[in-house]
Amino acid sequence: MHETTPPPGATAPVFYEQEEHAHGDGGTLFGFWIYLMGDSLIFAVLFACYGVLGRNFAAGPSGADLFDLRLVAVNTGLLLLSSITYGFAMLEMDRDRIDKTLAWLAVTGLLGAAFLGIELYEFAHLIREGATPQRSAFLSSFFTLVGTHGLHVTFGIVWLVTLMVQVRRRGLIVENQRRLMCLSMFWHFLDVVWIGVFTFVYLMGVMQ
Amino acid sequence: MFSNLDLQQLIFGRLSLEAIPYHEPILLVTFAVVALGGAALLGAITWYGKWGYLWREWFTSVDHKKIGIMYIVLAIVMLLRGFADAVMMITQKALSVGVNEGYLPPHHYDQIFSAHGMIMIFFMAMPFVTGMMNYVMPLQIGARDVAFPFLNNFSFWMTAGGAVLTMMSLFVGEFSRATWLGFAPLSGAAYSPGVGVDYYIWGLQIAGVGTTLSGINLIATIVKMRAPGMTMMKLPVFCWTTLASNAIIVTIFPVLTATLALLSLDRYVGTHFFTNDYGGNAMMYMNLIWIWGHPEVYVLILPAFGIFSEVTSTFCSKRLFGYTSMVYATMVIALVSWLVWLHHFFTMGAGPTVNSFFAIASMIISIPTGAKVFNWLFTMYRGKIRFETPFIWVVGFIPTFVIGGLTGVLLAVPPVDFVVHNSLFLVAHFHNVIIGGVVFGLLAGVQYWFPKAFGYKLDPFWGKASFWCWLIGFWTVFLPLYILGLMGVTRRTQHFEDPSVQPFLTVAAFGVFIIMAGILAFLIQLFVSYLRREKLRDLTGDPWDGRTLEWATSSPPPPYNFAFTPVVHDLDAWWDMKKRGYDHPLEGFRPIHMPKNTGAGVVLAGLSTVLGFALVWYIWWLAALSFVALIAAAIIHTFNYNRDYYIPAEEVVRIEGRRMAQLAGRA
Amino acid sequence: MSKPIRPNAYRRSILSLTRRSARGLALLALAGLLSGCNLVVMNPAGDVAVQQRNLIIASTALMLLVILPVIALTFLFAWRYRASNPDATYDPDFHHSTQLEVVIWTVPLLIIIALGAMTWIGTHTLDPFRPLTRIAPNKPVPPDMKHLTVEVVALDWKWLFIYPEYGVASVNEMAAPVDVPISFRITSSSVWNTFYVPAMAGMIYAMPAMETKLHGVMNEEGDFTGQSAHYSGSGFSRMNFGFRSLSQQGFDEWVAKVKSAGAALDREAYLKLEKPSEEVPVQYYATVDNGLFDAVVGLCVTPGQMCVGEMHHIDRTGGAAEESEANRVRLDYDNRRLESGDEPSGATFPASGRPPQGSVQPQGAIPRDQHLGRGGVNAPETQPDQGQGNALPGAEKGPAPAQLNTQPTEGHPH
Repeated sequence: MHETTPPPGATAPVFYEQEEHAHGDGGTLFGFWIYLMGDSLIFAVLFACYGVLGRNFAAGPSGADLFDLRLVAVNTGLLLLSSITYGFAMLEMDRDRIDKTLAWLAVTGLLGAAFLGIELYEFAHLIREGATPQRSAFLSSFFTLVGTHGLHVTFGIVWLVTLMVQVRRRGLIVENQRRLMCLSMFWHFLDVVWIGVFTFVYLMGVMQ
Repeated sequence: MFSNLDLQQLIFGRLSLEAIPYHEPILLVTFAVVALGGAALLGAITWYGKWGYLWREWFTSVDHKKIGIMYIVLAIVMLLRGFADAVMMITQKALSVGVNEGYLPPHHYDQIFSAHGMIMIFFMAMPFVTGMMNYVMPLQIGARDVAFPFLNNFSFWMTAGGAVLTMMSLFVGEFSRATWLGFAPLSGAAYSPGVGVDYYIWGLQIAGVGTTLSGINLIATIVKMRAPGMTMMKLPVFCWTTLASNAIIVTIFPVLTATLALLSLDRYVGTHFFTNDYGGNAMMYMNLIWIWGHPEVYVLILPAFGIFSEVTSTFCSKRLFGYTSMVYATMVIALVSWLVWLHHFFTMGAGPTVNSFFAIASMIISIPTGAKVFNWLFTMYRGKIRFETPFIWVVGFIPTFVIGGLTGVLLAVPPVDFVVHNSLFLVAHFHNVIIGGVVFGLLAGVQYWFPKAFGYKLDPFWGKASFWCWLIGFWTVFLPLYILGLMGVTRRTQHFEDPSVQPFLTVAAFGVFIIMAGILAFLIQLFVSYLRREKLRDLTGDPWDGRTLEWATSSPPPPYNFAFTPVVHDLDAWWDMKKRGYDHPLEGFRPIHMPKNTGAGVVLAGLSTVLGFALVWYIWWLAALSFVALIAAAIIHTFNYNRDYYIPAEEVVRIEGRRMAQLAGRA
Repeated sequence: MSKPIRPNAYRRSILSLTRRSARGLALLALAGLLSGCNLVVMNPAGDVAVQQRNLIIASTALMLLVILPVIALTFLFAWRYRASNPDATYDPDFHHSTQLEVVIWTVPLLIIIALGAMTWIGTHTLDPFRPLTRIAPNKPVPPDMKHLTVEVVALDWKWLFIYPEYGVASVNEMAAPVDVPISFRITSSSVWNTFYVPAMAGMIYAMPAMETKLHGVMNEEGDFTGQSAHYSGSGFSRMNFGFRSLSQQGFDEWVAKVKSAGAALDREAYLKLEKPSEEVPVQYYATVDNGLFDAVVGLCVTPGQMCVGEMHHIDRTGGAAEESEANRVRLDYDNRRLESGDEPSGATFPASGRPPQGSVQPQGAIPRDQHLGRGGVNAPETQPDQGQGNALPGAEKGPAPAQLNTQPTEGHPH
């Protein structure tokens, strides 16, 4: 319901604002939240597909045959660690220390790259064994889900490097802080998604 | 892999001269017309030296008003394309009965109906709605622009890029023959091996990025940029429907993107998501595409409801009846729209309990929709109705739409759907709600807001002529189609054996030409109004005695919309201001902070379109090149920190002074 | 080919149309409605479709309770409250009324509750998977009555009907005795279709590797039509079949006629039949290979193929890491058409082999020569256009999947 307005004449209502207000950065972060929600829906579709197709091995290898949990556990550790190091970078950003921020960002990027490297190694291994994405619907959905996550990490690393250059050039100005904040949300989001992947794809795949 | 390639394939992929349909007279003539028309247009622009103007003032503009207008221009152009498809379809149907084969072989006809559906939804209705929302919503909430002006420009060009790619399929290669939703497994590599489905996929993917981003943008604008005092329950109804519509967009378009990505993996990489063999599951495609597809119709219809609400209350000179229930009805429709997709395939055999659940969920949508219709009725009740051109659309809309609603609920009853599913009855139903609801609403919106955008009203005679042609034409087309559906005639048929269908199809074909007259009348209206613009000029900025804030500024509004941000005290803020006597400050103008124009959107969308084309034709080097260029351009764009500027106070004083003089001169 | 619609109905509708068409549009529409025999959905011949029709009428009536007043009120209010009417009350503050709000939410709600109840019951009783319990109103199925089983395969682009109890099969024509419940088992060979006999019992999808069911009964003798209602490619519009509803004696004669046809539908004949063709004339098969329908559902008609059922079984037991590669070859299904060069690969008419103008086809000549009509489809000698074919560069004729699938893969060493 609408609130009742003061009766005319009580106090002359103000109909125009005389001073200029800059809109804060709230818009960007809010918009980025919506974007992340949209992105998580893409993952939701891929998870759903994996849920539907995840046991359609087409008389071929299953997750239990293929997955090397130790490798994936290491990988999970790397990615979780990279989230923590990103957090350190943000803390340093709050203290306005450019070099330390950059250092932590670099560590984050390296951890991300290591994660990608292990993932690519795993993919190459599977393909060499004949477990290609074309082999079965299970493998199609597996490669797509994990690969999409990997693509996101790749994109995140590109973004990270870009931001590092920008922070180096212009310092921790408001725009760059905002961008670092967005990337931070993105990076943690990938972490959350990976926990889902690790649980639903790898753990449940091996323990079936 | 590349060892036994000849040079041509390396350079052109599967593109060759064979792909130019010079064997096809219809396409040749179309091409000639498009080429001549295009050359004339480009020539005229060059002759009058307008390229610089277009580039500076329009293409690179981040002004939501200009982007809104560009969206609508795109929509009208694509309406002509989609409508040409409709004319060809219905004439083919009317001719191709018994021993006659008509003039379109299945190969061509199947492309036409696929293109008609896809273009009308994605490149006519969507840009039209987005353009409307873009233009009107920021003005209604008293904002200077949308939350992310550059993103807005980029979104538009992505939509345009998708449209360009889709149109290209007319003259280079072919379009999809796998329906507007690309049903698997028909759309898979095995059963649709050509480039058609690839055009379809990449046209949609590119446009879809634009739509998703514009959804995020408009939500953020409504949530973050409302004028002071405008609480959510003082938001104009059109903004509410915009919010609901975009909330749906950001939840469903990612699903579409993912689904089409999976389909393209099936086609390009050979995965098995939707194939028959290796454990693929085509039923999943059906589910996923309709999880996008059903809410999509609410994306379109909700803003149209918003337009009707604004138009009704303005021309009845009355506050909208039951504002609160209108808002809740909108949100309920949006929520339930996610839970009904399965009613598009009751006949897949999901079992009676599942079917009943989705059937009843679908019917529940008719409750808030019914409430909305009653609210419009009771807005008219005890109103003072001015039958200006925008309002007559409301009177045409309500009876038409409720009949569409009736047949819709009918189709939601599974046993009924079992006999009329995929029949012309279904076709008539969804055209009934999309034309009778969405298109009528959008055309009413054009009549209503045109004076705001251009400073003069549209000619009422041609407007009314257009309305009557649309209304009569619509019923002439779709009443026979309802009947044909009850005769058991299915959709997407290119030929009929049964001669008794021909009279109905002939009437329907006749009706399509009446609608064509309606479209022509609309175009004539634009032209005539332009010629008579001095007579139709409105200097007040408030030609209809409006109620919401967009009428509080000049027509067309200055780049910054409002020199001083309005403060809102009541619903229908502008009505409230007029009623209580507002004071527009005449001094104290300050420099206004504005976003700068940029060509980055054009460049990024252009590269995306090239990437799409390369992927369609397997021109891998070009795909790789344009992809790298795309990423590079995006990164380079982020290095541009110089994105805003100030309109100096003197400039504001000058603009506002002119407006005050105009208002005073009129008084 | 059987005539698509009952001749009387057709003549009557044409007559009524020519008589009335002069009187304008509204009357024409009315004429259509009046010549009701034409409206097969509203005037069906089978009990299930009759019940569906009744549901259409009941729901429409229920909804008109609110739709008609709304339409009337629209015009009434629009006229009454026009600005030029000095007698009308103008009350700009009338924008809320709790009573009215309650009414406008309750009325649609009540209607939807009633309709929802009808829907719940109707959906369950008319579920196509549910065997019939009655032949006609007040005429339950006798407990000893045998249902007729018909196995339906949607092919590109024709219908195959197998009568397992009689060991016969037919293409594009089926027959059934009147008042006998029919159980359809339905599948498809390549893409989706919908099995739809409007006069009998609505429709259900025909999907490859899956089996759907439909139950129906015919209460009237006569020739009816059936068709696919789900678009399935270029031959879709001509994918019609005749449905002959016969007396028991007539049906027996029909079966005898089919039996005397001589041709045998073994797997080889089926694989030949399965290839894409359009506007196929009626064909009869005197014998049918045992288990053909199950093999079609299993995608394993071709000798050596692994059936989907077996695949599911292996998958349920956790896949088959060991003999995986051997299984892979035996499961390839969707690409078989491309490998044999049967599918048009090109983007435009010359490559597709279809003449650019429909008029090139001989008028009324049925059946039209398949090889001329769709040279690109049926003539293997037509080279798919390499320039714009379906293939990744380097692939011979295969599509991308085929090419990638043939990567050499070693046995799984796990």
